[in-house]
This record gives sequence, structure tokens and C-alpha cells, in this order.
Amino acid sequence: MAKRIEVSGLHAYYGQVHAIEDISMSVEPRSVTAFIGPSGCGKSTFLRTLNRMHEVIPAARVEGKVLLDSEDLYGSEVDPVAVRRVVGMVFQRPNPFPTMSIYDNVAAGLKLNGMRGKSRLDEVVERSLRGANLWNEVKDRLNRPGAGLSGGQQQRLCIARAIAVEPQVLLMDEPCSALDPISTLAIEDLIAKLKEHYTIVIVTHNMQQAARVSDRTAFFNIAGTGQPGRLIEVDDTSKIFTNPVEKATEDYITGRFG
Amino acid sequence: MSLAKHGSAPTSLTSVSMGRKVKDRLVQVLVYLAFALAVIPLVSVLWMVIKNGIGRFDLDFFSFSQNGIGPRDAGGGAYHAIIGTLEQVLLTSVMAVPLGILTAVYLVEYGQDRRLARTISFFVDVMTGIPSIVAGLFILAFWLLLLGFSFSGFAGALALAILMLPTVVRSAEEMLKLVPNELREASFALGVPRWRTVCFVVLPTALSGIVSGVMLAVARVMGETAPLLLLVFVTSSINMNPFSGPQMALPVFIWDQAGQPNDTAIARAWTAALTLILIIMALNLTARLIARLRRPASR
Repeated sequence: MAKRIEVSGLHAYYGQVHAIEDISMSVEPRSVTAFIGPSGCGKSTFLRTLNRMHEVIPAARVEGKVLLDSEDLYGSEVDPVAVRRVVGMVFQRPNPFPTMSIYDNVAAGLKLNGMRGKSRLDEVVERSLRGANLWNEVKDRLNRPGAGLSGGQQQRLCIARAIAVEPQVLLMDEPCSALDPISTLAIEDLIAKLKEHYTIVIVTHNMQQAARVSDRTAFFNIAGTGQPGRLIEVDDTSKIFTNPVEKATEDYITGRFG
Repeated sequence: MSLAKHGSAPTSLTSVSMGRKVKDRLVQVLVYLAFALAVIPLVSVLWMVIKNGIGRFDLDFFSFSQNGIGPRDAGGGAYHAIIGTLEQVLLTSVMAVPLGILTAVYLVEYGQDRRLARTISFFVDVMTGIPSIVAGLFILAFWLLLLGFSFSGFAGALALAILMLPTVVRSAEEMLKLVPNELREASFALGVPRWRTVCFVVLPTALSGIVSGVMLAVARVMGETAPLLLLVFVTSSINMNPFSGPQMALPVFIWDQAGQPNDTAIARAWTAALTLILIIMALNLTARLIARLRRPASR
């Protein structure tokens, strides 16, 4: 049930600040698309426009179109809350709900949207935790607080929480930047597995990670401080990393940036 | 260690200069001294109240009113005042706590930097500075003189609610601000609407802090005397109905009894003070216990 994302002419602003300028690209279903680029180039901002999380920040606004299988996410009739149920998100720092147990964290999205029935919830929690490769580690302590897990486990818990609501698309904003290499590997394996069912977009600062996990890569850059971020190039990952069209992309991935 | 054993010159790793040692000790002494100074009034108040109040801390005190008992008579009790205080403060809390928490939720979760939110915030600050007697006079003018109601526990509770509201708003606001934004975003990203996020993620996270803030507000309001004198008046008999007729309250009882020139009355005032402290302490402990039990949620 993964969906295709088609972005055209997208601009995002924070008040008067023009954060990203005129982005058009498409994201294929059941694939991993990586966003790379220097800090402040608008990768995360762009990612957040894909599930209307950008506008949660006061004075932030978006112009342009984001089509999810031909439906415009920014249509006037569209409820941002409904968009976020279809396009899930995992954040840079693991953020389990501190007042909730492991079980409740995973069930949160469903419970808070009014789903009842213990056996159904049990089933979803187990499926989601298995899906996030965490079930075996926590199955005996589902009632313990989620904040008691290690950083890598917490991040997988957050992934389980995100996939429990069965989104079509999963956005990941540097999901491994706060984790050690072992946990990173666990998450990367998980991404490879999740790609069979979901459309995945991942922001990463780690070029090797982009090369390892993604099918397509988009490179973003800024002309200078205060300038809006721009999409420089998007193509198959193998092409971006071996034979990019733009010189800026080549400079960045070979470390000749700046 | 081994350097010292070999008797070589002390290195910077092993020795602390004399000046630093002296300074360290000096600051340590100052800190302990400040702590002791802060504790002295607290302990002495508690000690005085317990010493003088324990004499009349008997069954009579908690089961009889002052009806028909003169200031010179022994016996009598504060049953009517305890009932009055509990009812009045309960009514006050029922009015001020939900309103205060909802105001704080608006200010932090919805108001952002809108003009309305800034205006409310300003007036909450102004309300914090209202002297209790002024709140009492306001309700006296509005509720009793203008609308024509008579003395009642409820009229007192209205004035107390005015005093309690800003304290609740401010403390709840501070606690809600402490809830990390990441939790709200995590909830939004699951497709949870804002109001559910507030109810099931933000408020539970801030719960224990809000509870302590509310308890401080309750404690403050429970000791208020001035508005009650104007609005609830004084009585020596039991009035269970806070909506009609004068009621007694513990602070007013203390004021009334301590003003009498008789040892028996003054002893009653001390015991009433002790009772007031104990009630506030008990409420505080229960609230903390509830907050703690609710903390690590289970299935």
C-alpha cells in the first residue's frame, strides 16, 4: 500500500525567512530515498513539509504542491492530522513518551485515535515491535517505562510506534545520528526490511549510510548563509555516488565541500 | 600516591594550595550556615505550634463546635471551623483549579504569541499582586451588595478563587513549558490531534509538577483570613451548608480565639493552628502519592 510522492514548486518559509526554494521531485513507492547535503540546507525542513509537520512551528508556512498518489496534501479540504496518519515520522533523537510503558508507547497512536480492544491492540503491538526488530528484547517487560531502554532500543521503539498506525510513507530525520554503530546497523537493517512495505525517505549526514540504504539520493545545497536551500540533483544512488551530473554534488560527496 | 611515598616534591596532582582549601571550607561553612538560618524559623514555628497546640489536641476539639461555650470555658472545639475550611477550600479548588489549568493550557499550547495570550498573561501577573482583602472587598461589593446575596461559605470561596487562580495558572504554565516539544511533535506525527496530544501526552507528563503547584496554591488559600471575615463572617455553631449563612473557618477561628484574653481560648487557637498545618500537610502528601502512583504508566 506504499504511495508515491510527487512534489512540485515547493517553497517553505519560517516567518520572513525563505528556507527552501522551488523544489520539484518525486519519491518512488517501496523504495528508500536519501536526502543529503550540508547542515542548514533545508533537508529536514523539506522532509517536514511532506507530512505537514512544518506548519506546527509558529509562523512557518508552505507554498507549492505535494501529491500523494494524486491527492494534494496541501489542498484546502485536507486535514493535516489525517495527513500525518498516512505519512509517519521518526525523529533525530529518540522521543518515547516518558509517562508511558513500552506497550503504551507502541499503542499510543492507535489508543489516542480511539482504538479499543485489548486483543487487537496486543496484536498490533506485537506486530509493530517485531517489525522494528525489538520484540525479542522487550517482550518480557512490555509494562516497563519506554524511557528505560537504551538509545538504540528507544529509536526502534519510536519506529515501532510510527509503523503501528500503518502509514503509507515513513519519514526519518537523521534517525541514527544519536546512535552507536551497532544500533545504527540494526536500524539500517530495519530500513531495508521496511522498504518492502513502505515508501521511506531518510535524511542523513552520513554519506556511507545514504549509499548503503537508499535506492535514490537527493542532494540539497545552499548558495550561502541566508539563502534558501535548493535541490541540486536527484538520481539513482549509484549514479549520484559514482557519476553525478552537477559539480556541486561531486564536490560534496568527495569531501571537497566549501 | 606513589609520588608521595617516594618523598618527592608535591605535584599539582596531589596537592591543593592552602588558599583554595581555606576558600573551599569558608564557602562550605557559609552554605551550611545559610541552610541553618533558613531552617530556624521553620523549625521554631513548628515547635511552638506543636508545643502549645498539643494540649487541646483531643477528641472534643474535633467533635464539638463553640456553640454555647464562652471564651473562659474549657472544652469546645473547632469542628465547625474544620468543616467550614474544608468546604470553602473544596469549592475554591473546584472553581480555580480547572479554570487555572485550562488557562495555562491555552497560554502554552494554543496561545503561542498571540495578542490575547499576552493580554491574559499580563492580567494573570496583575492578579498575582491582588491583596486578599481587596479580593474580599470586590466580592463583597459585587456578590453581597450588588447582587444581594448574604454571607456564605460560597461567597468566601469566590474571593479565595480569585486569589488561587493566578498561582495555579503560573505554576501550571511553568510545568507545561517544561514538557519537551519533541513529545508534542512525536504525538502530532502519529496523526494525533492537538487536543488529544494535550490530554494524553502533555498533561500526564507535567502532572506531578502541576499537582505540587496546585497544592501550594491550596495551602496559600487555606490560611487566608481577611476575605472570609468580610464574606463568610464568624459563627460559633455548625453550618454544614456552604451556600447559606455564616460559616466558620480555621484561620478565622484562630483569629477569633487568639483575640480573647483567656488561656482556654488561646489554647484552642494554638490547636487550630496545628490542625490547619496538619490538614495542609496531609493534603500535600496524598496529592504527591497520587502523582507518584500515576507516574510510570502500566497497561
